[in-house]
Amino acid sequence: MSIRGKAHIAGAYEHPDRKIPDKSVPQVHAEVALGALADAGLTMGDVDAYFCSGDAPGFGPLSMADYLGLNRLRYMDSTETGGSSYLVHVGHAAAAIAEGKCRVALITLAGLPRSQRPQRASAAQLAPEAAFEQPFGPTTVSMYALAARRHMHEYGTTSAQLAAIKVAASQHAQYNPNAMLPNPVTVDEVLDSPMISDPLHRLDCCVISDGGGALVVVAPEVARDLTRQTVKVLGHGESPKLAANGHIDLTYTGAVWSGPRAFEEAGVTQADIDYASIYDSFTITVLQTIEDLGFCEKGKGGAFVADGSLLAPYGRLPFNTDGGGLCNNHPVNRGGMTKVIEAVRQLRGEANAPVQVPDCEIALAHGNGGSLGTRSGAATLVLGREDA
Amino acid sequence: MTTEATSRPALPAPAPAVNPETKEYWDATAQGRLLLKRCLDCGSVIWYPRAFCPDCASLRTEWFEASGRGRIYSYTVNHRGEGAYREAAPFVLAYVELDEGPRIMTNIAEADEADLAVGLPVEVVFHDTGEGTALPRFRPAATRDGPAS
Repeated sequence: MSIRGKAHIAGAYEHPDRKIPDKSVPQVHAEVALGALADAGLTMGDVDAYFCSGDAPGFGPLSMADYLGLNRLRYMDSTETGGSSYLVHVGHAAAAIAEGKCRVALITLAGLPRSQRPQRASAAQLAPEAAFEQPFGPTTVSMYALAARRHMHEYGTTSAQLAAIKVAASQHAQYNPNAMLPNPVTVDEVLDSPMISDPLHRLDCCVISDGGGALVVVAPEVARDLTRQTVKVLGHGESPKLAANGHIDLTYTGAVWSGPRAFEEAGVTQADIDYASIYDSFTITVLQTIEDLGFCEKGKGGAFVADGSLLAPYGRLPFNTDGGGLCNNHPVNRGGMTKVIEAVRQLRGEANAPVQVPDCEIALAHGNGGSLGTRSGAATLVLGREDA
Repeated sequence: MTTEATSRPALPAPAPAVNPETKEYWDATAQGRLLLKRCLDCGSVIWYPRAFCPDCASLRTEWFEASGRGRIYSYTVNHRGEGAYREAAPFVLAYVELDEGPRIMTNIAEADEADLAVGLPVEVVFHDTGEGTALPRFRPAATRDGPAS
């Protein structure tokens, strides 16, 4: 069975704040839920499916469903693949809707990493691999630095090429009034920023922000009755990429599997993609992902990004027009939700005007959660304008 | 395999959580020996150590002693340590590809940053955690050919 065209994203909402010292995490979940439902023209009473991930406080989907008063649920999913969870949720929601299990699915993300002390990752410490990794002091940045170093070794990728990704994101962010880092930067400014974990500089890293976002995915018959323009879910693919019994390869991501699945289901190719939201926890994440999705030959991502391909609106692959995680927002260290939201904006023609891709008909959103340095979960969505 | 006793580390050496499945591995580290698991059915070397073969789904595994030699697969000089490593930066996090095959997460010790390279031959050293275990880390090998990929 294919989900192509059998579900629509009817509502999308990004929390406008980047620092929220005076609210609780459930409260922000509630705010983004209401925002996305209002965007769709629906209410909490219409929701019959709820999706959340590890950022949702409490017991799986139950605590937040209770908080939100979602007492008509007949479908729940709390798949946790880190930052890509919300793209997985869209795919799962579309499949459930296509099967007739539910009609209106709400997906929420929220958290306050800038305003609250980070919570100890107890689940991660209980993992079977923990004793063989954690004692050596891996940090998030250093894990991606290991991937960057190996990619450089095998393909000759340079720090200046990685910096070009940040430069493009910053060019886009200048038009986003909510962006945390709205000022354009140069390659030299990236290279001159402090080295965090060699070869990744501070400006190779995404921001840390409070906030969140939500999506509403609905059945076609629900979409027909809404006044707001919706976006079709055309294809979805997901895959873990594992450490593989000691044979980890740091040069590629799970996009090598999730991408082809999404393209096939959608019935499109890379050439059909007008706009792409690419997960950008770090510049190296973007580089490896665009190679793995087939937008350029493996190992040639450096040359691809260095010649302006990512710049909206006229580059070969306009990307992350909100400024992405590198410049705009990376709520709760999970960038997948905002990737979908910006793709919806592009397909509705509602991106910030200077970076709106003309006649944007087909968009791709990709998330990568976990760590490129160990285990990660990839998810790819192909989305289409309502008339696509 | 280095034969010297475990030594005091320059890096922090936080103790790992040990369970019945991994106790033999960690007990051996305190004696300066690096053990690996091998599958008795398909022969795969298993990493990280577990009583299950992820290649053929066998529960029949055995420990064997590794050479303690390998090459750097990738590395980073981390300038921002966290937790026990907050005061330790800069320090080197790496994957070392053991001669037996597995790529394992570790630190590179006793090396100048300028001498580090992908492909550099390294050998294991053990850093005592003070809790009956030691962390297997690696230093540039004393005698071996130069870097290769």
